[in-house]
Amino acid sequence: MAAASPSVFLLMVNGQVESAQFPEYDDLYCKYCFVYGQDWAPTAGLEEGISQITCKSQDVRQALVWLPIDVTFKSTNPFGWPQMVLSVYGPDVFGNDVVRGYGAVHVPFSPGRYRKTIPMFVPESTSKLQKFTSWFMGRRPEYTDPKVVAQGEGREVTRVRSQGFVTVVFNVVTKDMRKLGYDTGPTDTQATWGTSPAQGLPH
Amino acid sequence: MNPKEEKVKIIAEEFTENEEDAAVGRRKKKVQRQQRKKQPPTAGPEEMVSETPHLGPQQEPGQEEPKTHLLSTTARRGPRSLPPIPSASRTGFAEFSMRERMREKLQAARSKAESALLQEIPTPRPRRLRSPSERESETEFGTEPGKEVRRTQQDDDSQNYSKVKFRDSGRKIKSKPQVPPGFPSPEEAYNFFTFNFDPEPEEERSEEEKAGAKTRGGADQEAGAPGQQVNTTADEEELLDGREAEDLLLGLEHMADDFVAIRPAEYESVHHWLQKEKEMLFVPSRLTVPTYKKLPENVQPRFLEDEGLYIGARPEVARTTGNIMENRLLVQEPERGWFGDDGRILALPSPIKPFPSRPPVLPRGQSTAAELETLYKKAVKYVHRSQHMIGSGDPSGNFQVDIDISGLIFTHHPCFSREHVLAAKLAQLYDQYLARHQRNKAKFLTDKLHALRNAVQTGLNPEKPQQSLETTQKTIKEYKAEIWQTRRLRDAEQEKDRTLLKTIIKVWKEMKSLREFQRFTNTPLKLVLRKEKVDQKADEEAFEAEIQAEISELLEEHREEYEQKMEEYRAAHQQWKAWKRAQRARKKKKKHATEEPPDEETEEAPPEEDPGKPVPPEPTDRAVLEQQVRERAAQSRRRPGEPTLVPELSLAGSVTPNDQCPRVEVLRREDVRRRSVYLKVLFNNKEVSRTVSRQLGADFRVHFGQIFNLQIFNWPESLTLQVYETVGHSSATLLAEVFLPIPETTVVTGRAPIEEVEFSSNQHVTLDHEGVGSGVPFSFEADGSNQLILMTSGKVSHSVAWAIGENGIPLIPPLSQQNIGFRSALKRADAISSIGTSGLADMKKLAKWATESKLDPNDPNNAPLMQLISVATSGESYVPDFFRLEQLQQEFNFVSDEELNRSKRFRLLQLRNQEVPEFRNYKQIPVYDREIMEKVFQDYEKRLRDRNVIETKDHIDTHRATVAKYLQQVRESVINRFLIAKHHFLLTDLVVEEEVPNISILGLSLFKLAEQKRPLRPRRKGRKKVTAQSLSDGDVKLLVNIIRAYDIPVRTPTPSKFQQPSRSSRTFVEKHAASPSTHSPTHSADYPLGQVLVRPFVEVSFQRTICHTTTAEGPNPSWNEELELPFRAPNGDYSTASLQSVKDDVFINIFDEVLYDVLEDDRERGRGIHTRIERHWLGCVKIPFSTIYFQSRIDGTFKIDIPPVLLGYSKERSMMIERGFDSVRSLSEGSYITLFITMEPQLVPGESVREKFDSQEDEKLLQATEKFQAECALKFPNRQCLTTVIDISGKTVFITRYLRPLNPPEELLTVYPSNPQATAELVARYVSLIPFLPDTVSFAGICDLWSTSDQFLDLLAGDEEEHAVLLCNYFLSLGKKAWLVMGSAIPEGPTAYVLTWEQNHYLIWNPCSGHFYGQFDTFCPLKSVGCLIGPDNVWFNIQQYDSPLRINFDVTKPKLWKSFFSRSLPYPGLSSVQPEELIYQCTDKAAAAELQDRIEKILKEKIMDWRPRHLTRWNRYCTSTLRHFLPLLERSQGEDVEDDHRAELLKQLGDYRFSGFPLHMAYSEVKPLIEAVYSTGVHNIDVPNVEFALAVYIHPYPKNVLSVWIYVASLIRSR
Repeated sequence: MAAASPSVFLLMVNGQVESAQFPEYDDLYCKYCFVYGQDWAPTAGLEEGISQITCKSQDVRQALVWLPIDVTFKSTNPFGWPQMVLSVYGPDVFGNDVVRGYGAVHVPFSPGRYRKTIPMFVPESTSKLQKFTSWFMGRRPEYTDPKVVAQGEGREVTRVRSQGFVTVVFNVVTKDMRKLGYDTGPTDTQATWGTSPAQGLPH
Repeated sequence: MNPKEEKVKIIAEEFTENEEDAAVGRRKKKVQRQQRKKQPPTAGPEEMVSETPHLGPQQEPGQEEPKTHLLSTTARRGPRSLPPIPSASRTGFAEFSMRERMREKLQAARSKAESALLQEIPTPRPRRLRSPSERESETEFGTEPGKEVRRTQQDDDSQNYSKVKFRDSGRKIKSKPQVPPGFPSPEEAYNFFTFNFDPEPEEERSEEEKAGAKTRGGADQEAGAPGQQVNTTADEEELLDGREAEDLLLGLEHMADDFVAIRPAEYESVHHWLQKEKEMLFVPSRLTVPTYKKLPENVQPRFLEDEGLYIGARPEVARTTGNIMENRLLVQEPERGWFGDDGRILALPSPIKPFPSRPPVLPRGQSTAAELETLYKKAVKYVHRSQHMIGSGDPSGNFQVDIDISGLIFTHHPCFSREHVLAAKLAQLYDQYLARHQRNKAKFLTDKLHALRNAVQTGLNPEKPQQSLETTQKTIKEYKAEIWQTRRLRDAEQEKDRTLLKTIIKVWKEMKSLREFQRFTNTPLKLVLRKEKVDQKADEEAFEAEIQAEISELLEEHREEYEQKMEEYRAAHQQWKAWKRAQRARKKKKKHATEEPPDEETEEAPPEEDPGKPVPPEPTDRAVLEQQVRERAAQSRRRPGEPTLVPELSLAGSVTPNDQCPRVEVLRREDVRRRSVYLKVLFNNKEVSRTVSRQLGADFRVHFGQIFNLQIFNWPESLTLQVYETVGHSSATLLAEVFLPIPETTVVTGRAPIEEVEFSSNQHVTLDHEGVGSGVPFSFEADGSNQLILMTSGKVSHSVAWAIGENGIPLIPPLSQQNIGFRSALKRADAISSIGTSGLADMKKLAKWATESKLDPNDPNNAPLMQLISVATSGESYVPDFFRLEQLQQEFNFVSDEELNRSKRFRLLQLRNQEVPEFRNYKQIPVYDREIMEKVFQDYEKRLRDRNVIETKDHIDTHRATVAKYLQQVRESVINRFLIAKHHFLLTDLVVEEEVPNISILGLSLFKLAEQKRPLRPRRKGRKKVTAQSLSDGDVKLLVNIIRAYDIPVRTPTPSKFQQPSRSSRTFVEKHAASPSTHSPTHSADYPLGQVLVRPFVEVSFQRTICHTTTAEGPNPSWNEELELPFRAPNGDYSTASLQSVKDDVFINIFDEVLYDVLEDDRERGRGIHTRIERHWLGCVKIPFSTIYFQSRIDGTFKIDIPPVLLGYSKERSMMIERGFDSVRSLSEGSYITLFITMEPQLVPGESVREKFDSQEDEKLLQATEKFQAECALKFPNRQCLTTVIDISGKTVFITRYLRPLNPPEELLTVYPSNPQATAELVARYVSLIPFLPDTVSFAGICDLWSTSDQFLDLLAGDEEEHAVLLCNYFLSLGKKAWLVMGSAIPEGPTAYVLTWEQNHYLIWNPCSGHFYGQFDTFCPLKSVGCLIGPDNVWFNIQQYDSPLRINFDVTKPKLWKSFFSRSLPYPGLSSVQPEELIYQCTDKAAAAELQDRIEKILKEKIMDWRPRHLTRWNRYCTSTLRHFLPLLERSQGEDVEDDHRAELLKQLGDYRFSGFPLHMAYSEVKPLIEAVYSTGVHNIDVPNVEFALAVYIHPYPKNVLSVWIYVASLIRSR
């Protein structure tokens, strides 16, 4: 089509939810979804995903999730840049499926390969008694919608406890950002290696 | 004894005279008095001794020496006097045990006797006698002497305090050399013979020492001594002891032979304890510590600030605190590491800024508007991500630094043997020598000296006469000065050369001896000294000439100097003489006036300080001078004739092979071989590469020879090499870091010289072989003296340069560093906060600020600023005098406001952000303006425009229009509030959490476990609620289940004669009285049995969708059918807010299906049936959708709204058919229908706002309401309890404030002046005529807003609460007992009714319909009662039941009704929010008439519109008849006129079959009227010859309340 003046820019994200480090828990599975602003629309790929149940092995004490992400967004406005919301679930001692952590991270802005370690947390019970009963009943406090962790509004009313980490690898490609006047990185085309590019390379 | 005492006193007196000078003003009378009282004039032996040091240091420095020689050794540790030494008395005391105490007692006894004597002689002498010791005990120790004494008792205890230790040592030293003098004093002798001595030889000895000391001391001074003893014991004790002593005295003889010690009971006095405590506890003094204590000995305090060094302001510490700290530090940590050179505690500069960063607020009044205007500056694209980043836009983005690392030499290494150390030293020295030799400065200076001397020679010869004498003199003088300078330099250089040479030789000799000693060689180093022969004679001559020249020059210099000095001397002498004279004069003057004011003395002080007589200088002696010169020459210069020594260092020597070396050396060599070294190259603190690992050579050199090309993006900030060493296979250890300088931009590859950078490491290595290690002391000497500590060190030879690109351009990044450094430095300084960024540009201002703020120029923090100020040139620039709050705001504006407004995109973004309804859900706002359609804004702009224009089209009458506009505005403001409140979250909004189960729930859940899986009688389970967002059109359905109806009006036979008795005008008394009105149909007999009375069916219309049931038969039909109607949300928006504002009603219409035989021809009757179905509207039930939405289901029996006149129908009862029901049913009027309405799926109703509204109520009251509500909710969670409500401005108001007697319109009162009941009904009717508008519709999602009655009347819209409040207020005004009933009713749900008390019964009024019900009326729509609200109290229903049928309304019974205001919380007399009285304007009748015409016209047009395929004819005659009839209806309120009317109509329209009915409504808008007419379905008749009649009547009530009557009829001409 008219490639001369694009009216949207594209953001392609792929990668995978690599692993989850939850020292205390096992048999976890992970859900992810994207939260984005009104000017964004997914054009291809899956916006949501749910992983298999992963068990920790004896030597690597972390759950390898290896859940691929592949989604492409189009947008007219960087406002509301997509955020990936992760939520991890697993069975508790009684076998009830309870939430093990929520976390969110922005998709990196500039193209490149990124490995992000996302801290995960869960909302706390409002009282000790509730904590006990929720533990006993297997109904831990959960967010009404996992997407609230991607918004700042209203978080002041909650108390959370950190649980573990999830490592996500993003490969980000953008298209037409620069043409629309958004400069997000040193170069659009030149690849940068990792988060801290090496300063000098010996010949 | 007495004579001695006398003597002592006298001596003491002499002393006191002297002492008093110093002790002026320090005495304390009180103490003295005390002293005098207790004073025993005898001096105890120990006091005698103690006295000496007390007196010593302070006031008799001269006398001190001889007297206190026993202490002087310890007391004088340094040049400064140290704190006074503790007295020997303490030691004595410490060692005395029981025996000592006895003696004390004895003394006390004696002293008592003495004091008795003394008291007889009233002289001031004792006082004077006491004073010195007293004073000293205070001043010197700062503690009372008693304490000191006690302290020493525990000398043997180990004590940490150095002070005490010091004293101990002092005591020991003192006691040892002490030789007891041979003669004991009388007391001593006495003691000796009277006491039993314990077998303690040592103590005895010391005792004797004491005695000796005492006697010695006592000879010249015993003054004041006894004082201490007094202090040692308390008064009581003294008394006791005195008695004891007496006993002792009496029994002395026995004592001696009995060996029985009679001792007092063990008792330790409070003082004693205190003293012991003091012993244990250290209380630092608050007195200032003298500086000398804090500094090492013989060190003068240095004040760095005076020396020009920067010292920051010390943090503020209170002086006493500081003193205490210093005292403590001195005692606890005597290492004195705490104090700086100036004798103060080391402290960092105070981090607190002295000035606030925020500038003071400017005084008002200055018009700065012009300056405050912001200007748009286009945002500049920011190129660099960081300051040091080289622009990514730069095409040639790669720059290169080449680092050439050629090698590494260790100048010291842990594996160095001793020989290596020496070799390294030698090599170093040799290098130095070579360097010096190359420069050969001495030679150069000598040449220069010669040249200068020549110049002077020529200058002195007057060969150049053209030069003036003065100039010559001047030049010669300069030359001479230079000669002197040069000579000194040359001498120094020569001396250095010589010493260097000497050192080299010395080291070489050492090395040789070492090699011999250890019998092997480690290094190939070899020094060869080459002698260069010189011509001895010439040399000597030159030497001599040189010396002569020097001497002559020196002589000359000295002569000049001498003259100068002479002159100085003369002047000084003169001055001195003058001073001397003045001095003499002054002395004379002084003698005359001894009492000179002190200030004059100070004036004269300076001349006094004048130094003594000046000494005349001595002329210099040539011989002496020559001697000096020769000596110096001998020292620094080569002797004449001596051969020149040239050292040459070579590596020609051979290293002893391993097998000839001792084992330790072999080990060392092996260790060296195992070691390897590599370098890491760090660029900007990041490792970029490393060299290969190379083995360490035996000569400790490593050759790398590697070149690293660094391609860089960032400007190099640091280049570092890290030297790593690996031993064997262990991991590498970092030896040292070498910082390489970043090359100048001019240095490019190929041009860079190889440079050496030294490094050194501070690691400590000890090796178990020959290697000397690093950081460990070792020595070359056999005895281990002369130790050396060497650290690992070395040199890296390298070169750093910029690379050159292919085309010869050096790959150097653009130089932009200076600016950045400059700016960052500025940031650090505080200037920005002080004068703003704009001020920074103005150097003048900056400089001014710097001077004003007294910037310390020495502070390294300020260095860049000071530099900037000093460098900066003054440039005029504009500086505003105002302070800008957000001074950088402008920088963040990426476009100007105009552009922001002009751009459609930005506008769209802004509007969306503001959550403007039209744009709230706008998705994907286009990137470019051109892609945004103009029409996007059209709706919005239209709305904005319309806001100010009153739309008269819909409303017809202007008042309603303004009200509508006002309502709209209120709604908007409330919605804005709501939108804000929506952003306030509660925990439950975010987190789903199980509630803590209480016992009942637990029990239930336990019970559930035992429950059957498939119970026989299943229970209804709650449906799943659906959040509204995910819905779309067609998903939501309205389910209406029509079950049955009762008492449907039945057809009256068309040609019947009416003899029905007119219904007597029933009063409400009759209605409630539950007496069945016996209007039994007399004509029921007319109907033939089995004739169908009525064939009703139900039609439900909602949002213009119509469904109907099948037709049933009879007045009590049963349908039991479910109808399904689709629901469409406005604009497809299924959000909660949108659903709440749906104003549509569900109309449930009941029709009678009438079949007419239309067969024209009777002949065809046998062959076919031609019937026409007509349907006649009988009544309707109207349920607002909002009710269904909030109730989620509506279930119950509703009264059908049947028009007052239903032509052709009558409410008949067939006694025959339904006799059984009659008694029950006939209790009430009207027909009923049983319905069940719900939505599928169930929608989640919007929640009301929980925002806590602000209030003007008393805080206590609010708390009480909360408490009350909580208590009520605990007991009966389902009952509505209302104590506070929110008024229209959003404030919380206590509910009783709404109730207040208010006058109803006069007009209504005058209608039935004698009939209060009728008046009440009329008033209720008036209230019901005010249109009903639920709050949820007007204020979507907001809780109930209560408007006051005047607001309600102004708005002419409100929901149940407003109606109820108004009605209640009217009733109160009418003198009734009235309450507001909060409860739930059908179909409204939670609502408000009005309860009145009539003589002996209660009436329940529905304020919205104007109907009233008796308490026991089964068809009363009010189903439960939560609370009652009166004008001064609130009562909550705490009865078991809440149905009005079953409860007692007597609020005075506290068991049944819980009242809010009670005895504990009396009614505070809340003022009402209602106005004093309501003012009613008479409605404009003409306007009403006009409105009536317009409505009629509109309705007629509508009916014609609804019948597009048929001709609509209007029967004018009928219309006029109806029009006349309607006012009658209004007057009678729709009752009792039916029969007359029917008769009249029959008379007039006899040949028409007539079906029609009047509709009565409150007027709010036209639209509901149209809807109502439409729902009756009058227009649906499609009989060809049908005619219509439509009449509208509007009856105006005061305050623009309009009652609308619409009479619709269809007429079919019957043949």
